[in-house]
Amino acid sequence: MPPESAVSPAAWARRFNPVDFIRQTFAVAEADVRKLRHDPTELVTRAVQPTLWLVVFAQVMGRLRGVPTGNLSYRDFMAPGILAQSVLFIAIFYGISVIWERDMGILQKFLVSPAPRVALVLGKALSAGVRGLTQAVFIYAIALLIGIKAQFGLLPILGVLVSTLLGAGIFSTFSLIVACLVKTRERMMGIGQLLSMPLFFASNAIYPLALMPSWLQVIAKVNPLSYQVDLLRALMVQGGQSTFGLGVDFAVQLGILAVLVAVAARLYARIVT
Amino acid sequence: MNLTTNDRASYLAAGAGPSPAAGPAGAPGRAPSFALETVGLTRRFGDFTAVDAISFGVPSGTIFGLLGPNGAGKSTTIKMLTTLLPPTAGTGRVAGFDIVRQPVEVRRMIGYVPQMLSADGNLSAYENLLIFAKVYGIRVPQRRKRIMEVLAFMGLADSAGTLVNKFSGGMIRRLEIAQSMLHRPPVLFLDEPTVGLDPVARRNVWEHILRLRDEFGTTILLTTHYMEEADELCQEVAIMHQGKIVTVGAPAAIKAAAGVATLDDAFAHYTGSSIKDGGTFRDAARVRRVARRMG
Ligand SMILES: Nc1ncnc2c1ncn2[C@@H]1O[C@H](COP(=O)(O)OP(=O)(O)O)[C@@H](O)[C@H]1O
Ligand SMILES: [Mg+2]
Repeated sequence: MPPESAVSPAAWARRFNPVDFIRQTFAVAEADVRKLRHDPTELVTRAVQPTLWLVVFAQVMGRLRGVPTGNLSYRDFMAPGILAQSVLFIAIFYGISVIWERDMGILQKFLVSPAPRVALVLGKALSAGVRGLTQAVFIYAIALLIGIKAQFGLLPILGVLVSTLLGAGIFSTFSLIVACLVKTRERMMGIGQLLSMPLFFASNAIYPLALMPSWLQVIAKVNPLSYQVDLLRALMVQGGQSTFGLGVDFAVQLGILAVLVAVAARLYARIVT
Repeated sequence: MNLTTNDRASYLAAGAGPSPAAGPAGAPGRAPSFALETVGLTRRFGDFTAVDAISFGVPSGTIFGLLGPNGAGKSTTIKMLTTLLPPTAGTGRVAGFDIVRQPVEVRRMIGYVPQMLSADGNLSAYENLLIFAKVYGIRVPQRRKRIMEVLAFMGLADSAGTLVNKFSGGMIRRLEIAQSMLHRPPVLFLDEPTVGLDPVARRNVWEHILRLRDEFGTTILLTTHYMEEADELCQEVAIMHQGKIVTVGAPAAIKAAAGVATLDDAFAHYTGSSIKDGGTFRDAARVRRVARRMG
């Protein structure tokens, strides 16, 4: 009899159960959410940096009036960029916690379960997304306090939510891929530090694309963070405008996330070898 | 027990038949029926051979011990059988399914307790089990009942709501075994289930492992470097040394064949070294690293 291939699409389709898949994805994220509930210190310390950017940096830079931000004040212009940044900084180091779980043996137990690798990876992306959402709530609160003109309609809020999940998902899955390749916390930490600042500065987070030299514009346009910021800028503040168009922003981010999740699912088991 | 070529062929034939889902017992009427079997299972890391062409079979409903010092290749063997690590050569079958070609089916049939203490310290005992109950698709009407059942079975019912980082090593081990049996797997892998435990906690874990076999008929493969543990728990053991199985059989038979009184002496007889210092320097460093992680 012919050997049954482990990855034959027909066999996979027969065995795939979307309800189980969603449950498994949420179970992976739920573990993290419950841990955060037991000990939310991490969320509080994470909130310090965006506060500094919004309360100190934005105030001072805003006085300069040197950055052409159209009809927005500099603070309003920057707030979406700072949300994107704080999501990026959480997500880009996400691989470290995955390596930690590997060292503890927690990850191994998920990998010997029948849950598809894609569900395990998406679950991790979702849990990074939840951390991102707590940042969003926090940044909206600061925005209110310091008088940034945020939009509070149902659709804009929903859009910000999805965009935050997408951004966190993209960078955490990227981080997870790196973790599967480098395998140690130290190297993962180094790579996170190496990448986080360039990703931030080579984006439209705190200045518009038009202000950049053309070579930097090219980099900014292939940087997924720019699309997240663009989306957030249109949805989060009154009068904010998208440069690329909302459809493009969503499509680009969804596409990148899908590719990254597919790659991560293939590599995930490597982290334990 | 030594596996004859015939036994092996008939088991493989049974598993490769049209209905591998026939289950852990294999085809009825065939003796012996192995819940787990390897043939020439091998794993190399670069040009170092960690597991060297090992072959053994574990009859359904028995406890089988892989016995050997640190670095013998016990964990690597378990990782291959649990589909965490692909073999370099050879084959393995778990509950009738091929570990390379049918990894998902294998995963449905097994529970696994890794060598390190791996329950999540920042969750309660109940939450640890809840997450895996969901991963294994145990649905709502039974979920809570099943979780409380395995907690009670492992003597942890009173600690369900306690954060695991308040647990002792023995309690964590029992919680992990509880988690691994949540979905009632026919085959269980326990990697050094009592390493680092004090004698009382160790004996307690032993009792639970025996009950698991006797009450659920679970087939258990465990690794250990404690000879008395193997003597106490296992119907059969394989003595591993530098990646190879040097002998396999019932503890009494192994001792008799070597003409010695203890498994310790049997180990020395077969390997020419003591199990206490059988590990290499590199392994000692690794053990220390792992100990630090757990500490
Ligand atoms: N991922 C790996 N890369 C390289 N060598 C490894 C790896 N995993 C295990 N080894 C080596 O393989 C040998 C067997 O390891 P292991 O199976 O963990 O032994 P045991 O569980 O019997 O103590 C050891 O020498 C160990 O250093
Ligand atoms: Mg080991």
